[in-house]
Order: sequence, then C-alpha cells, then structure tokens
Amino acid sequence: MSNFPWLTTIGVIPLIGAVVVMLLPRSKGLLAKQLALVFSLIALGMTIAMALQFDADVTDPFQFSESASWIPALGISYSVGVDGIGLVLIGLAATLVPVVILAGWHDVDEELGSVKGYFALILVLQTLMIGVFAATDVFLFYVFFEAMLVPIYFLIGRYGGPQRAYAAVKFLIYSLVGGLFMLASLIGLYVVSGRQLGEGTFDFLSLVGLEMDSTTQRLLFLGFFFAFAIKAPLFPFHTWLPDAAKESTPGTAVLLIGVLDKVGTFGMIRYLLPIFPEASQFYAPVVIAMAVIGILYGALVALGQNDMKRLFAYSSMSHFGFIALGIFVFTNIGMSGSVLYMVAHGLSTAAVFLVAGFLMARRGGSSLISDYGGISKVAPVLAGFLLFAALSSLALPGLASFLGEFMVLLGTFQIYPWVAVVATLGIVFTAAYVLRFYQRTATGPVPAAYAPGSAHPMTDVKAREVTALAPLVLLTIVLGVFPTPALDVINPAVEWTQQTLGVVDPPPQIDTPGGGQ
Amino acid sequence: MDDVLIAPDIDYLAVAPMIIVGVTAVVGVLVEAFAPRRPRRGIQLVLTFGALIAAFVVLISQAGTRVITGSLAIDGPSLVLQGLILLIAIVSAMLMAERRVDPAGDAFSPRASALPGSEEERVLSTRGFMQTEVWPLMLFAVVGMMLFTAANDLLVMFIALEIMSLPLYLLAGMSRRRRLLSQEAALKYFILGAFSSAFFIFGAAMLYGFSGTISLPGIADALSANPGQTPLIFIGFGLVVIGLLFKVGAVPFHQWVPDVYQGSPSAVTAFMAAAVKVAAFGALLRFLYVAFGGARWDWQPALWIIAIATMLVGSILAITQTDIKRMLAYSSIAQAGFILVGVIAVNPEGVAAVMFYLAAYGFATLGAFAVISLVRQDGGEATHLSNWAGLGKRSPVLALSMSLFMLSFAGIPLTSGFIGKFTVFEAAILADAVPLVIVGVIASIIAAFFYVRVIVLMFFTEPAEVGPTVVLPSVFTTLVLAISVAVTVILGVFPQPVLDLVEQANVFLR
Repeated sequence: MSNFPWLTTIGVIPLIGAVVVMLLPRSKGLLAKQLALVFSLIALGMTIAMALQFDADVTDPFQFSESASWIPALGISYSVGVDGIGLVLIGLAATLVPVVILAGWHDVDEELGSVKGYFALILVLQTLMIGVFAATDVFLFYVFFEAMLVPIYFLIGRYGGPQRAYAAVKFLIYSLVGGLFMLASLIGLYVVSGRQLGEGTFDFLSLVGLEMDSTTQRLLFLGFFFAFAIKAPLFPFHTWLPDAAKESTPGTAVLLIGVLDKVGTFGMIRYLLPIFPEASQFYAPVVIAMAVIGILYGALVALGQNDMKRLFAYSSMSHFGFIALGIFVFTNIGMSGSVLYMVAHGLSTAAVFLVAGFLMARRGGSSLISDYGGISKVAPVLAGFLLFAALSSLALPGLASFLGEFMVLLGTFQIYPWVAVVATLGIVFTAAYVLRFYQRTATGPVPAAYAPGSAHPMTDVKAREVTALAPLVLLTIVLGVFPTPALDVINPAVEWTQQTLGVVDPPPQIDTPGGGQ
Repeated sequence: MDDVLIAPDIDYLAVAPMIIVGVTAVVGVLVEAFAPRRPRRGIQLVLTFGALIAAFVVLISQAGTRVITGSLAIDGPSLVLQGLILLIAIVSAMLMAERRVDPAGDAFSPRASALPGSEEERVLSTRGFMQTEVWPLMLFAVVGMMLFTAANDLLVMFIALEIMSLPLYLLAGMSRRRRLLSQEAALKYFILGAFSSAFFIFGAAMLYGFSGTISLPGIADALSANPGQTPLIFIGFGLVVIGLLFKVGAVPFHQWVPDVYQGSPSAVTAFMAAAVKVAAFGALLRFLYVAFGGARWDWQPALWIIAIATMLVGSILAITQTDIKRMLAYSSIAQAGFILVGVIAVNPEGVAAVMFYLAAYGFATLGAFAVISLVRQDGGEATHLSNWAGLGKRSPVLALSMSLFMLSFAGIPLTSGFIGKFTVFEAAILADAVPLVIVGVIASIIAAFFYVRVIVLMFFTEPAEVGPTVVLPSVFTTLVLAISVAVTVILGVFPQPVLDLVEQANVFLR
C-alpha cells in the first residue's frame, strides 16, 4: 500500500477550500459557491480514488493508517485510518457535501447572512466529518466529535428559520451534555489504560481488549452511550432533532441528519462494542428496548405532523431505531444491515429534505404540508422525485434502504424473534405516513397560491436541481440492486467487531421458531 | 531556645525576582513623590514593565533551582506559579496602561478621594491629572503574590497575604466610571478580606500552639509525631484554610467576589481574577500538601463538600446574572471549584493539573475582561448582557475572541480550558475521586449554558437600535487580546511543552 496520506489530504482539502472562500470579498457570492463546489468535488474525487485502493481482504483492522505524535504527555496522537465502516461513511459524507452545495445554491442570500460564510462552514464541517470517521485515536475522535458542533451550531443559528436561535441552542446544549459525559468516561478510560498498560493511551487498538472489571466497564460505557444516543438520536434523547431539522436550511438538515447523526451509531459500533464488550452485552436489552420504542414512537408521531421537516425528523428518529437495533442484536447480518442502512438512510434523507427544500423555495419557504397539493399536476418531474424520495424512505424493495432494513430485521429475528415482529410494525406505520405525505402534497387540487396563471405558479425542476438529485437516486438504486461491493467492504469490519465482542453468529434455527439464545 | 537572633542564610539569587519587583515598587513610590507630574506616567510604565520583565528573565535563569532559603521554598511549583504571576502581571499592566478606550483618559479616577461627580473631580479630569500610584501599588501586589506561593511558614504566608491584598483593596476602589460601585467594592473587599486575614492569623496561632513551630514542614513533623486529632489542630487547620479559601473565592466564602469583580475597573478585575487565584491556589496547595499532606484523610472530606458546593453554586448562580462582569465573577467561582478538584487529588498529577488550569484560566480571563473594557456606552463600559446583543455583526473579531474565551471556560476541545479540565479530572480519577468528577461534569454542563448564552447573544440576536460602541483600542489592549487568544489556542492545541513544564515542577520541597 502506498504511503500517501490519503485521509489527511482528503480532510484538509475542504478546509483549504473554506479558507479560500472566506478570503473572497463579500460581493463575490457566486464565486464563493463555485469554489466551494470545486473543492468539495476534489475531495469527492480523492475519496473515490482512495476507496478504489481499499483492499477488503487485508486482515489489518485499519487501512491508510497515519500516525503522528500530538500530546504525548497525555498519550494522545494524531492517528487516522479506515475500516470498511469508516470508508463507506466517509464516502457518504464526501458525496453529500457537493450535492448539498449544489442544491442549496440559493438557500442563503446576503440579507440572511454572509453567503461565503455559509459555504465555508459547510466545508469546515466536511473536514470534521471526515476526521470523526477516520480517527483511530479515541481522543482525536472526541475532538472532532465536539468540534463538529461549532460549524453546525452556526449553520443552524445563523442561516435557519425564525426560531433558529432556540433550535441551535437546544441542539448545542443536548450535544454538550452528551459530550461532557463522554469526556468523563474518556478520562476514566485513560486512567484505566494507564493502570493496566503502564502508560495511559488513547490509541483505539490498544484500548480494545483492555481488561476492566464489570462495574468500571458499565460506568464508562454509560458515558459514551449518552453521547452517542443523544447524537444518533435514540428515544428518549431525541427532542432536539425536530426543532433543529425544522429550523435549519434543507442543506444543513441533510448534513445534520444524513451524516452527523450517523456519528452516534458509528460510535456505537466502533467504540462501545469493542472497548466495552461485557457492558455492551449487559445493556443490550435496554438499548434494544429504546430502539424499538423509538421505531414505533417516531413513526406514530410522524403520522401526526403537518410540517414536512418535522415529519421527516421523526421519521429519521424511527429509522435510527432500526440502526441501533441492528447493532445491539450482535449478529453479523444485523450489524452489516445497520451499516448499509446508515448509508441508505443518509441518501434517502438527503433526497427527502432536498426535494422538500425545492418545494419550499417555490412556496415562499412554507414547510406546512397543508400549504401544498396537486404538485404532480403542475410540476410532474418534481413530484416524481418526491415520490422516489418518499419510497426510498419507506424502504421499497429494490432500493438501498430496503436492504438495510431487511438485514437488520433478519439479524434481529435470529436472536429476538418477537422484537423483530414488533419492529416490523414500524415499517407499516412508515408506509402510512410516507404515502399520506405524498398524497397530501402531490395529489389533489392545486392550491390557488401556485396554480398555473397565479402570481407565482409552481415551476418544475431546474437542471441544477436535477443534477443535485441524480446522484442520490442513482446510488440508492445501485446499492439496492447490487450491494455486493459495499457489503464486501463492510463485512470484514463487522466481523472484526463481532470478534472483539466474542459473539459468534448463531446457526440458523429454522425448526424452532421463538428459540433464541 | 536561644536568645541570639541568627540571620538566616539566604540564597539571594533564588529570591532575586521578588527583590527586583519589590525594590522597583519602592522606587515607584519615590517617583510619585519627587518626579514632576508630566513624565511621571512614562517613568512608571518603564519601571513597571522593566521590573516585571527583568524579574521574569531572572526567574527563567533560575529554572532549575530547588532550594529552601530561610522561610521561602523556591521549588518547582513556586517557580512555575511565580512565572505565571509575572506573565499575568505583564499582560494586566498592558490593560491598565490603556488610555484610548475611555475618552476621559485611563480607567482610573484622577483622585480617588474626590467625590464622584463633584466639581473637584471635573477640574482634575480636565487638567489631565492621573493616578499613577496604581503602578507601584500593582507591583506591591505582585510581590505579595510571588511571596505567597513560596512562603514556607505561616508567618511569611500571612505577611505575603497582606502585601498582596492591601494594594488590591485600593486598586478596586479607583474606577473612573461608576465610582460608588467601585468604592463599595473596595470597602466590601477590605472588610471581608480583613476578616479572612484574622481567621488566618488566628488559625496560625492555634497551629503554633499545637506544634511549637510556624514552619510548614515543622507542622507536618509535629503531626506525624502526635497522631490523633486534637481540638487545637482541628480549629487551627480550619481557620487557616478558611482564610485561604476566601482568597480563592470558594463557596461559602465567595460573597465578596461578584461585587468586587463588578465594581473594580476591568483592568484591575482581570488582574485580580487571574493573578490572585494563582497565588492563593499556590499557597493553598503548599499548606495542604506540605503541612497536612500526611493527614489528607482527615481534611479531604471537608474539601470535597466545599469543591462540590463551589462548582454547583458558581455555575447555577451564573445563569441568573444579567451583568457580564457579575456573570464572569460567578464563573470564576465555578472555575475555582474545578481547580479545587485537582487540589483534593493530593498527587503530583494534581499539582501539575492545577498549575496548568491556572494558566489556562488566567489568560482566558485576561482576554475576556479586555473585551469587556472595549464594549462601551456613554463613555463607560456596557456591561449589561442585553447590550451585547448583535456584537458579532458590529465587531466580528472581538466577538470571535470573546467566544473563544467562553468556549475555553466551558472546556470545549482545542482550547486551553479543555486540557485544563482534562488534567484536573484525570488527577481526581487517579485519586479515586470519581464522584467529584461526576459532579464536575454536571457543573460543566450547567456552566456551558451561560457561556454559550453569551455567544448566542453576540451572534444570533439582533442588535438594539442604540447599542454600545466598540472602541478601537491602542496597541496595549490589542496586544492583550492577541496574547490571550494565542495562549488559549496554543495551550489547547499544542499543550505538550507546558504539560512537560508543569510535570517537571510538580513536587513541593519540604
């Protein structure tokens, strides 16, 4: 493998872009957008080039590893590297950023705040997202994890809707609470490692297999778990999400739910399970209960929403339940499904929120479902995209999200058949609210406000919007019908995680329904 | 007992930094008496900065010194803390030297005895009178602080306490603006400070009665020779610690902090908040570790309660404040609680962590008060929080710096405050004080709320129609801001050299 510092380079490119964009004079808003797009595309190109060199058969847990001493006094190093899970999530982040930039071309104007600032913040966020998935030093992960709050906080608080300050602060406080509990655990972990290894370290691989008594392990687990459960968000730590999603711009919402929240579930797989195997098994029933409640609760609340952004925020909460469920049933297929579903959910969330953003842009910024109707008559192509996004979100067979959800349920059924049965109800509810949403917006009479011949008739999609949505549609379909390359990359990492847990997949038990372990 | 007074053998080089600052302070007083009015300020500035910088240079050259000379212990902690005090003093002196932000001159009343708003004061102002005594006063305070961290017996510690405190009482009352508030602050500080001094000296007498010596190692020896608690040692320890905790601003001895921080001129508040904490924690550490390190099991529970109360009360009361200086005062109480967590650890890691934390906290505080001194309305500072709305639009650089300091106080990664919290909590976990760390985390969460609120105000709130103006400062305040920002970032991103330094200097000589 070459020694080229792939991950650092990919991470630094958007950062350079952000600096360049910020150095532009205020009047050059268009140039700022174009430059931001170019830099994010370069990063995407580099990511693809790196992904092509990723070798799924290598036994090392991490590839493209780099390491440099940072604060040796505290055992902290700058270490990055990716396994299959990190790779697909970096790929997701690298894909969504240019899409969001393109789709959000007109999301901000000078009245709302500095245009270049918006795009520079998105680029900074990209750097941090890549960092958080690539870090192999737990402390470095924590730094990225916390630092991500800053750009997203400003993205919501500066460029969002009328209640943006409230939403931004709520989001920040929730995240800080989680982050500080994680910090306490982090320090505890450091002290434990110091007692056992002679010198404290944050190196991830050294921390895996650390022997802790179960009380310590359970305590430290909780600190990390709080942070991840708030970030993901799992029931009952989800109440910040609907506000944040509603008040932010569509682009911010996509990055927030599509990528940032995945850090929570990513953290569970990467850190909770391997470092605290005993505690993970101990708490698994609790987490599974939270996940199932989240699936049903999120879906039921989504049914009652009249605001499309809130609707899809609750829908995401429901879907995060599936992801967490897949992780904590401790089966290979469940966890692989979760990872695949993380990517699929990122794509479908992006599609849904971007289409919703296009609709809102045409309707004076209203996100109320009752303000819409009959879109398929006045803007058929846009309605088509809306339908696709909706179907992808309800996990239509043939699309990526179906595969993820199905694998999660399959993995769950092997261990807890009844949980799988209950969780499946969530899919039914999802179908109900998604289809109802489509019905209320795309069919029926066209409201006078944007009927043909009115002052602002609803127009169909523009070339820019199609360009932004096309990659999402394409990837959703490709991953849905031909997931093998992605699963080949994901599976070794999942198997490695399962090994650290000491869990072996149960043999298929076809004859004894209900016979778990 | 012999009646002959034997002059102690003193290592003059080791105490040279203190001598330099002290002698210059005396010279400064003479300058006040003999130099003509016009060049006086210039002379004082040269003397002050010259003395502080010279003392710092000498201190650096003495970096390896570990010696007990007379009643002073020049060891790792005292050298590091003295260096820190000198640096903080240099930066605060720059703040005090600022003359451009207030249209009427510097931040100090031309003659503190003149009635506020009186004809006399007006005349003094228009004729350009200035209170240049602030410079020698400040130098005296610095001498006291340096002595405080090095004092190895209770009497010298008491003298240092007084040398440090008396000039500060005066400085607190000299504000040009809002004189009554300032004078109230000075009086309050003086009366409560006098109380705490009395506690301290009374406690010292008790300890002397118990052990027959005033030297800290001597008390430790007496303790190990006579194990078991006697009322004398119990009361004596309690009274001395109360005196020290008062200076630190720990709950329940914190009542003076908000009023004094609010009333004093911002430059003095910055100096007080940053440097007094360093000195007082230095003395507290030395007292607890050297004299009572062996008896830690007896005092740790009491300090646990005080640390928990300090963290929680400071953070919770800060939320309700509407004046930014008062808010920072309560925040400094909360920060004192976090530092106490490191003190309670009673291990070398704890000493190192406390020193690092003090450096991080000190410079962020200096920066924050520098920002406050620049946001003004009708000549005076606009300290009501509502005045800060929309500052980010008016002056993004200033608002960003302030945000950085707030984030550092809140302990967000990549700022100095984060590494500080990290090391303090680590030391506490090493000492098996896990509940203390949990309370610390909860207090941090509460504290984060009001730090973030300042950022929200500055960036996400629409500015009022007639808001405060942001004054363009002279090179002095600009430098203060630049230094504070740089230290906050560097200690957050590349803390290794400083961590090494405090780690090498974490053992008290006894």
